[in-house]
Amino acid sequence: MLMTDDTAQVVRLQTPSQTVGPFFAFALPYEGGPTLVPGHHASAIRLYGTVFDGAGAPIPDAIVEIWQADERGVLPRELGSLDRDGYTFTGFGRAATTRAGDYGFTTVKPGGVGGKAPYVLVTVFARGLTHHLFTRAYFPEDTALHATDSVLSAVTTERRSTLIATEMAPHEYRFDIRLQGENETVFLDFDE
Amino acid sequence: MRDEVVRQATISAEIVKIAKQDAAAGPTRTGHPRRDYAPYRSSLLRHPTHELVRVDPEDVERLSPAFGHTDVDILESDLTIQHTGEPLGERINVFGRVVDGEGRPVRHQLIEVWQANASGRYVHKRDQHPAPLDPNFTGVGRVITGDDGEYRLTTIKPGAYPWRNHLNAWRPAHIHFSLFGTAFTQRLVTQMYFPGDPLFALDPIYQSVTDPAARARLVSTLDHEASTPEISLAYRWDIVLTGPRSTWMESEDAHD
Ligand SMILES: [Fe+3]
Repeated sequence: MLMTDDTAQVVRLQTPSQTVGPFFAFALPYEGGPTLVPGHHASAIRLYGTVFDGAGAPIPDAIVEIWQADERGVLPRELGSLDRDGYTFTGFGRAATTRAGDYGFTTVKPGGVGGKAPYVLVTVFARGLTHHLFTRAYFPEDTALHATDSVLSAVTTERRSTLIATEMAPHEYRFDIRLQGENETVFLDFDE
Repeated sequence: MRDEVVRQATISAEIVKIAKQDAAAGPTRTGHPRRDYAPYRSSLLRHPTHELVRVDPEDVERLSPAFGHTDVDILESDLTIQHTGEPLGERINVFGRVVDGEGRPVRHQLIEVWQANASGRYVHKRDQHPAPLDPNFTGVGRVITGDDGEYRLTTIKPGAYPWRNHLNAWRPAHIHFSLFGTAFTQRLVTQMYFPGDPLFALDPIYQSVTDPAARARLVSTLDHEASTPEISLAYRWDIVLTGPRSTWMESEDAHD
């Protein structure tokens, strides 16, 4: 488990992932997990969608996490990310899918950082998924910024649309996640 | 319509075949499991078929939510005191350190655990295993790591349980762990196992990690010295979260 190199620096090897399994519902979801801001918040948005498998069937035992900057593009650093005091924006949310495979968050649209296109980091866990998947939900109105985004530029036009939420109504964005098959979501690997 | 019954021998043959292929290809970079791992039947329609797109992490990915003691009550690390009576089963402590790839402690981060009771039954509506529920055991705990990345849980040893992957499929005893690192890219959900479990070779979830050295990192060790006399045995399990700042490349080069 430990390896020592010539400079005697100890390098430790990753603990492998294992599936979240089917029985997390009594453990991982928590009160207020999908509600990053109250629904009456002046700039609240809904970010929601359905998680699908390779046969196009909705996945009722997935759990989705989001992590994002606030409206100004600042990442929250305050302790207490599970707390929901109705005031502090913690940037973290967790929502299990329903029997219909749907998840949904009430949050704010993050500000862009350094002139870059804003996005929400999305993480998917599910029974049958041995290792979670990362993706990003970008917003459809930021077309100009998307043109220069390094991630959106790295994929084909066809696949690129899977990374961009659809505005269904003012302040309501649909972001479906397809683990496999037609319109399979682009998933990301951040290891350098 | 009824699916053909798949027997353990079929699953075991698939496990061995893939293990041979992967051994010939050499160890994986991270030791993570294959996402496409047919012996675990639920993975068939739930793994992406496109290569993941490699991306330079931005600040969102390089930082992680900050957790604190306001998130977690100190009593939540003891799964045996959540009800009025004593839970059934063999009382144990599980403890260890959470570190990053360079061995630095992952301080003040959230660990969530969940598990079956001593009979192998989860407090979950869809768990249909007819083993008894224990009114004195829920099987959910949380803890915040200390200044040195350390954690300690008190619980009972979970039982093995049957599942429907194939005929007579049984999971080795395990505790589910969810961890946050200092960067969101270090996020990890995994399972801790107990040493010497005879079900290891048969279990497609454990075997989805096809690199044997990596698989061994999922197994705790009995630390007899750390026992609490007349009360509990102790299992040590250290957890390593690597991420975008991992130095695996340099370390491999250093070994050449
Ligand atoms: Fe389990």
